[in-house]
Amino acid sequence: MSTQHRYPQDRGLTTRMFVTGLLLVVVYAVFITVLFEVGISLVAVVVIAGLLLFAQYFFSDKIALFAMRGREVSRQEAPVLHGIVDRLCALADMPKPRVAIAQSDLPNAFATGRSPGTAVVCATTGIMRRLEEPELEAVLAHELSHVAHRDVVVMTVASFLGMLAGLITRFTLYAGMFGGFGDNDNEADSGAAMMLAVVAVSAIVYAISFLLTRALSRYRELSADRSAAVLTGRPSTLASALVKVSGEIARIPSRDLRSAEPFNAFFFAPARAGGFSFSSLFSTHPTLERRLAQLSRIEAELGHQA
Amino acid sequence: MKLLDALLGRSRPVQAKLDALFGLPGAAVTLETEAGLAPTGQATVCYKPVTGQSFQAAKDELDQLLRLDAGEADGSARTSPFLHEQADEYGYHWIVLQDADPANLVNRVHLVNSTLDEHGFGPGLLCSVFGFAGSSGSAKLYLVYLFKRGTFYPFAPAGAERRDNPLELRIRGMLADESLPIEEDLGRWFPLWSLPI
Repeated sequence: MSTQHRYPQDRGLTTRMFVTGLLLVVVYAVFITVLFEVGISLVAVVVIAGLLLFAQYFFSDKIALFAMRGREVSRQEAPVLHGIVDRLCALADMPKPRVAIAQSDLPNAFATGRSPGTAVVCATTGIMRRLEEPELEAVLAHELSHVAHRDVVVMTVASFLGMLAGLITRFTLYAGMFGGFGDNDNEADSGAAMMLAVVAVSAIVYAISFLLTRALSRYRELSADRSAAVLTGRPSTLASALVKVSGEIARIPSRDLRSAEPFNAFFFAPARAGGFSFSSLFSTHPTLERRLAQLSRIEAELGHQA
Repeated sequence: MKLLDALLGRSRPVQAKLDALFGLPGAAVTLETEAGLAPTGQATVCYKPVTGQSFQAAKDELDQLLRLDAGEADGSARTSPFLHEQADEYGYHWIVLQDADPANLVNRVHLVNSTLDEHGFGPGLLCSVFGFAGSSGSAKLYLVYLFKRGTFYPFAPAGAERRDNPLELRIRGMLADESLPIEEDLGRWFPLWSLPI
């Protein structure tokens, strides 16, 4: 087997992602330590959070398909879509995911499922209508890269901390409201102070982990873009698909967009209700400019290497 | 894909496996004696073209090599372009090669594969297809070699976008005894309509 690597890794991107992941772990560790120091029984909370996480992880394919009204299609129903996915999977040496189509004019595509074996790739009728076939292929390659990178697992685990923090905050608040305070004044004071501290820590943890999760999500998007560009060998085609889809998405009425928003994390291009993002810190996807810049860099790399 | 690569969101381009191809001549004998399917002498290499100049350089070298190879094999240089190539509706390119002798044909296919691979385009190789046909010309069968898996699968088209699955499975059974690695995951036996051979 040849060991020649034609496509160099983007070390900067990998490093940034690693640091983000590391920070998430650190925040998590600090959070757990603080909770143990305070002495709260975590069992109930963790069980609930764990169940939610498990459901999200285990049923991610069904949930997303149901929410987007996606329907799995047979090869006879969508021969071209299947043909594209067949070939991309053979090129990338990965098992073929199920293929679905969502009846929606919103031009988008998403991939979901906990493992490459159970994954579903779904394209909306809107994106299939708007894009040329090579562009659709580039978009599907982007989604297949999400599957190969196990982004559902990575993002679910990353979101877990945020979810846990949110649950703790609520749990503590409810416990304070309905549980009542101790008979002893001193105990009550220290209990209230402790509770406030827990809430404050939870809130801060939540905010930080939220930002980190979003940052991680953006890096995963850039990684998927990169893999798709290398797999199809044509970064510019993916770029033109991005431009088309982003342009179209901004023009869609906002009611549809809002109902689609919770699923942004697995989308090809995010649906934005306002059409512009007030801060890139909060967004799940990198800006179009950034994605295009990366793609043109890859295009140059592909062209110059001998 | 390795777990670490997945976690870091890096997918390394999968390199092509080229060597399992040489089991084909043996399998061709089996197909002819047991199923009455003779090699058509045609094969094709399917790859995904990559943007950029270095790719054109690889193709120029390939053209030269094929020219040389054909000159030696036939004793005379042909005038027609040696890189018979056509694009399909999915954006892949097919290089069509001919040689009545299966062993020579495999060598020629290998020449194409290894040249593309040496230039770093191994990740873009999709499959090689070898044609077989029954004596009456009615039954058609293709053996498809998946570069990334290093395995073969039979593909028997039967009319408009239909395939003869019983025949394909029969061929799989027939070739099970051969040294030819057959793709075990039936989900990867994807159909290739409108093949150029």
